[in-house]
Amino acid sequence: MAGTKQNGTAKLAANGQNGYKVIGTRPVRPDGVDKVTGRAVYAADVQMTGLLHGFVLRSPHAHAHIRSIDTSKAEALPGVRAVVTADDLPEAEDKVEDLGEGAINLKYLSDNVLASEKVLYHGHAVAAVAAVNPHIAEEAAGLIEVDYELLPPVMTVDDALADDAPILLGTLRTDSMGEVGTEPSNLASVFSHQRGDLDAGFAGAHLVVDRTFRTETVHQGYIEPHAATALHSADGQITIWTSTQGSFAVRGQVCEILKVPVSRLKVVPTEIGGGFGGKINVYVEPVAVILSEKAGHEPVKVVMSRADVLAATGPTSGSNIRVKIGVDTDGKISAALAELYYEAGAYPGSPVGAAANVSLAPYAIDNLQVDGYDIVVNRPRSAAYRAPGGTNVAFAVESVVDELAEKLSMDPAEFRILNGAKENDRRPDGLQYARIGHIETVEAIRDSEHYQTPLEGKYRGRGIASGYWNNWGGQSSATAVLNPDGTVNLNEASTDIGGTRASIAMQLAEAMDIEYEQVMARVVDTDTVSYNDVTGGSRTTFATGLAAYNLGQQLLQEMKNRLADQWEVEAGDVSYEDGTFSAGGESLPFVKAAGLVQREEPLMASSTVHPQDFGPGFSTQCIDIEVDPDTGKITVLRYTIAQDVGKAIHPSYVEGQMQGGVAQGIGWAINEEYIYDDEGHLLNASLLDYRMPTALDLPMIETIMVEVPHPAHPYGVRGVGEVNIVPPAGAVANAVYQATGVRMDKLPISPANLLEAMWAQEAEAELVPGDD
Amino acid sequence: MQAFDFVAPTSVDEAISALAAGGATARPLSGGTDLIAQLQEGRLALDTVVDLKRIPELMAISVSGDGMTLGASASCHSINNYQAIRDAYPALIDSTHLIGGTQIQGRASLGGNLCNSSPAADSIPNLIAHSVTCHIAGPNGRRSVAVEDFCTAPGRNVLENGEFLVALEFPTPPANFGAAYLRFIPRNEMDIAVVGAGASVVLSDDKSTIQSGRVSIGAVAPTPLFVQEAGDALAGQPVSEETLAKAADLAKAAARPISDMRGTIAQRTHLSGVLTQRALRIAIDRARGTQTVDELGRLNGHG
Repeated sequence: MAGTKQNGTAKLAANGQNGYKVIGTRPVRPDGVDKVTGRAVYAADVQMTGLLHGFVLRSPHAHAHIRSIDTSKAEALPGVRAVVTADDLPEAEDKVEDLGEGAINLKYLSDNVLASEKVLYHGHAVAAVAAVNPHIAEEAAGLIEVDYELLPPVMTVDDALADDAPILLGTLRTDSMGEVGTEPSNLASVFSHQRGDLDAGFAGAHLVVDRTFRTETVHQGYIEPHAATALHSADGQITIWTSTQGSFAVRGQVCEILKVPVSRLKVVPTEIGGGFGGKINVYVEPVAVILSEKAGHEPVKVVMSRADVLAATGPTSGSNIRVKIGVDTDGKISAALAELYYEAGAYPGSPVGAAANVSLAPYAIDNLQVDGYDIVVNRPRSAAYRAPGGTNVAFAVESVVDELAEKLSMDPAEFRILNGAKENDRRPDGLQYARIGHIETVEAIRDSEHYQTPLEGKYRGRGIASGYWNNWGGQSSATAVLNPDGTVNLNEASTDIGGTRASIAMQLAEAMDIEYEQVMARVVDTDTVSYNDVTGGSRTTFATGLAAYNLGQQLLQEMKNRLADQWEVEAGDVSYEDGTFSAGGESLPFVKAAGLVQREEPLMASSTVHPQDFGPGFSTQCIDIEVDPDTGKITVLRYTIAQDVGKAIHPSYVEGQMQGGVAQGIGWAINEEYIYDDEGHLLNASLLDYRMPTALDLPMIETIMVEVPHPAHPYGVRGVGEVNIVPPAGAVANAVYQATGVRMDKLPISPANLLEAMWAQEAEAELVPGDD
Repeated sequence: MQAFDFVAPTSVDEAISALAAGGATARPLSGGTDLIAQLQEGRLALDTVVDLKRIPELMAISVSGDGMTLGASASCHSINNYQAIRDAYPALIDSTHLIGGTQIQGRASLGGNLCNSSPAADSIPNLIAHSVTCHIAGPNGRRSVAVEDFCTAPGRNVLENGEFLVALEFPTPPANFGAAYLRFIPRNEMDIAVVGAGASVVLSDDKSTIQSGRVSIGAVAPTPLFVQEAGDALAGQPVSEETLAKAADLAKAAARPISDMRGTIAQRTHLSGVLTQRALRIAIDRARGTQTVDELGRLNGHG
């Protein structure tokens, strides 16, 4: 049966309310038992006969030229089967390619996998060894002699933009709204979104707040380290087993880096222990392939340590942000300016573009300007992290919004409702909103039992904040096979991170009016279905779910066609209701029909989709905290998140996404940061000193699912995975102000930073005459 | 990690011989929670590891009217589950509950924590507050040293080549004795002390006066500090916030921390006072037998 392509702009029935049989229930996920019993196979669990073990040698310096690499001693060590450097990679072209997860310069991509001329961060890969066991591989790596010429490290926005700043990338020229500079620069690009009359808006303002903020580099913190096993066969066929958010993204990158035909490379995705955007870029995958080839076509597994993960993958950008907002006497925003300086890490590509869209998105503003700057520094190349760029800028904007509301003596929720964006309002870059649920999330918080319960006690404070994320559609492919016993095998290629096998299967079951248990969803390799974008952008339940809906429609239609032939009626006369087909006095339940229609010919369906009309998500959140005034330590007392989820297909997994985003956001707000010494060495590449929250650091996170169905999805689905991480840092900062009177202008609000800010405030208070 | 020889003696004398045979590249292994990590990370390379956990004397726990002798390699888990210790030295559990999670506590030992000699070690200020004596064995026989004199620099101590710690001896707590260990960490688990404070007091029979006190602070100097002047300042003073504040100020004055990624000089100096005062409050509560809010019990779930 021919596949159909569903164009997302086509009108789909906007149901999304009631009367569902499967949607909105909470069935068990197909991968659940294997995961809780430890049987699930993750990337590092892959085993095969003759497996060799790889080890990657990494740069001890933040910034240096590589004069030479001598691998002879490593090669001579017994047990070593291959040693590779960037010389073993094909010459990379200095050109930009779109590989499905954003455009990237192939030279940068290749150099990040194995450094060629320069190392650009502490932990940058420079060589790799394959040996008969991991200990020999590690020992051999220690025998590789790299001659470095040290260069001064460039660690921050200010370092990078200084007049005499050392240049990281000799070929990089500033792209300023399409105009390319002539001199090498660490400023990769500049853009500006403008509308209305900014000067007039500020001139007419009753009150203006203008603040600058700093946020630090943070990591996604997925629990499973990166790992890949590759087999490069003697005939040139390549297989990679890895844990990734996108098997096709791995295929695309590896084929470009190694210059191999797409048909020769198969990527087999294992189970994945988290990604959050950080498992899209390839790191060890191409290295494992070239080690396998050089080692005589034996399989090679390369597993990153936790320290490698922190030092060389992820993270997301640190940033300097200025936000200036003016309001009129009624509290309406009259003008807003945001300047965003984001650290891209070693190669261009910070999420500053997405951050600009997030910045003022929750508010209806006629006069605004948002400027973005993408800047390279000697830190790991930044990767996507859950609503990339959003948390940084929302911390800044929501702090200023809170200060404005306070100065206006307005309730911060009412301020957000008064200024809230709704249908037909515009995002900072001009994109017009369809039906959105931002104001509904603010109202849900305002009316919640949490917000309505007064918070009492010294050094306690409550903060609220809102946030936006655009979500994504992307391309999805899936096939469904109808079995003669009435069960369905659903093959899809979207990595299942948050229970999407279940949420996609549920949509197929709903579409076919069968039980969830009749559908078995599996995540398949890149040879089994056609192209499928990454699990990212909160797209999977939306877009791959749409493909599953189409599969259900197709299978039902073909069943009707075949039954019509059988019953000698017109296909249009066959109806299907409550699991039974009927026409002209004949009727047959689904399970029986499944066997009958396949006596002559098997039945399968395929669907590819690329929906353009994906609904954005909004969230408003409320936190209560207590600050220990003697130590600066924050205890989170209570947390409630309201989020517009469109329609919750599997409510438990939607709640899980909401709670997970908040947990990460609180970690980012309170303790997480990359700490470097003056020479650019990363000091805290361990989970001991890179402080993500533990179970003891968070209360139960209460969830309010606000369902404003997305009009362009048959079940009203909106992406739910990302927007939840956008507001927490702003909410924490606003609560800290209520608790202590200190407005924090930097993240993290760690005990050390908060204590220092409280001391500075005390010192300032003592200087005010007459103030006791 | 490189391969090494593993030796598992069953007596102190055998261990002395094994260490002597191994020379400078041999080290004793107790719980291994520091040693194995150092080997894995390449911070240490050894040819011989001598496991002390099969020597009965190093695993023995004995509590009697004469005090308590803890084998240096006895696990934190076995201490946590030893009711006589919980009854006689409840404050010791403050440390043994903090070191690692449950699985780690099954291996980790107080002797190992002491011999690792980290300035931030969670047991050492507590051992100092408890006036512990360290018993050492080596090629030249046995000797003893007060725990406050054991550490000499970060990662260094009085143990000579071939020597190892055999046991920790705790005096019998006097009547109206109370102690506590408290640390500050940015999270609520899985962290290294920014500052730690151990404190103990002996109160008068009417529990209104402090007869004697001991204060020790960690992570604020190259070794855990015994702040004798803070303890001396408590002696003979009434139980009051003023008394505690004075001792806290002396602890603060004794601190000579560095700034690193875990804390700044100003923060650590300030916290030395804060934690000393808080630890003393808990020690006094315990000495009085009052069941007021016990911050440690709340945090560590050992009540």
